[in-house]
Amino acid sequence: MILEMNNIRKSFDSLEVLKDISLSVDSGEVVSIIGPSGSGKSTLLRCATLLEQVDGGEIRYLGRAACTEENGAPRYASPSELKELRRAFGLVFQSFNLFPHYSVLKNVMEAPMLVQKRNKEEVRATAMGLLEKMGLESKCDAYPCQLSGGQQQRVAIARALCLKPEILFFDEPTSALDPELTGEVLKVIKQLAEENMTMVIVTHEMPFARAVSDRVIFMDGGVIVEQGEPEEVFGNPRQERTKQFLRNYEP
Amino acid sequence: MSFSTMLSTMAVGMLRTCAIFFLTLLGSLPLGLGIMLLRRSGNRFVSRLTQVFIAIIRGTPLMLQLLVWYFGPYYLFGVNIKGWRFPAILVAFIVNYAAYFAEIYRGGVESISIGQYEAAQVLGYSRSQTFMKIILPQVVKRILPSITNEFITLVKDTSMAFTLAYQEIFSLAKQISASQTSFMPFVIAGVFYFIANYAVAYAMEGCEKALSYYN
Repeated sequence: MILEMNNIRKSFDSLEVLKDISLSVDSGEVVSIIGPSGSGKSTLLRCATLLEQVDGGEIRYLGRAACTEENGAPRYASPSELKELRRAFGLVFQSFNLFPHYSVLKNVMEAPMLVQKRNKEEVRATAMGLLEKMGLESKCDAYPCQLSGGQQQRVAIARALCLKPEILFFDEPTSALDPELTGEVLKVIKQLAEENMTMVIVTHEMPFARAVSDRVIFMDGGVIVEQGEPEEVFGNPRQERTKQFLRNYEP
Repeated sequence: MSFSTMLSTMAVGMLRTCAIFFLTLLGSLPLGLGIMLLRRSGNRFVSRLTQVFIAIIRGTPLMLQLLVWYFGPYYLFGVNIKGWRFPAILVAFIVNYAAYFAEIYRGGVESISIGQYEAAQVLGYSRSQTFMKIILPQVVKRILPSITNEFITLVKDTSMAFTLAYQEIFSLAKQISASQTSFMPFVIAGVFYFIANYAVAYAMEGCEKALSYYN
């Protein structure tokens, strides 16, 4: 297992956002998480990527604990251990969050050099290879403000991949994009799926989730309502709540 | 006294004014960063104390602060600080301007979106790397117009060293004007301040242009 999350609980003040959620992701698996706004999907991703602290439960990457539970309270690993574990995952944000004062190439190259202390020439070659794959090799000297949203998001994907994560999380990667730009980002993610990149994708793009995923998870009200192969969940949902939700997306 | 004698006598004052200006910036720009970090400290007591300090510095006249720094040690502790006129002036200016810079920096830091911190965190940047490489460069760009304002105010505020009888250009102008019954020293001083500020504004505009390669 690349990622194991067990019995995750998380509240914001009195609002219970995640109610005892468990999620495991195997190597090479592509998991899509769908569900209405406020269902807790983004929070689940933010807990997995250690941007939010859980109130309880376990998080493991490659079997190593990032967070364990002791007497009902979460216990996070030491900062040095967490630093090590962060290398296991990457995250692509809804709002890209590129560094505006860096060129495209520097956005992609800096973390591998600074954080992983990798050789500059090797990182440059890797970064250029990724940008080429994203169709952006001609933009390597441009600044984020000179790019379209779709291009920025593809740079953000290259930036995450350049650190060679075991698993890549996407938090609504196309929600800030218009339909035309959405297509170019989804195409890139699909290509990664074909290369067996392990991914967890929170998305509202149902046809995309259906086409690209090995497993689809439908979340609502802080719990996993239903999960399974995309054809099951989309084609023949068992839960009434899932049917109701998917009806909104029917053409 | 001929015009050229007047000018050459006042030239020394101009140099002293420039010395106050540059040494104040040299001290207050980094000190302001330190004060801003204390102000934003997670420790409530430290942050609160810094807030009080900033309130006092901003809430009292710089002229009064000059007097306090120079005469305070004698009246409060009986320490004789004769001959420490220039250092006292610098301390007063540096502390005063650092408080203002700290608040400008804070405004800049708090205007950076949380997403920048989160992206850096997920990519594995340490806290200090995030601040030095990601946050600070963006802050500098955003606060440059406010910083230019402060620089220009400082050029003119140097004249307050007059309070401690330090012979910078303003003190000299007043003295020479009185002894020569001439208006000319004030004109010279006025033109000097104006040119100095023009140069500051020009240089800062250059800095803004240099940082305009991104949005």
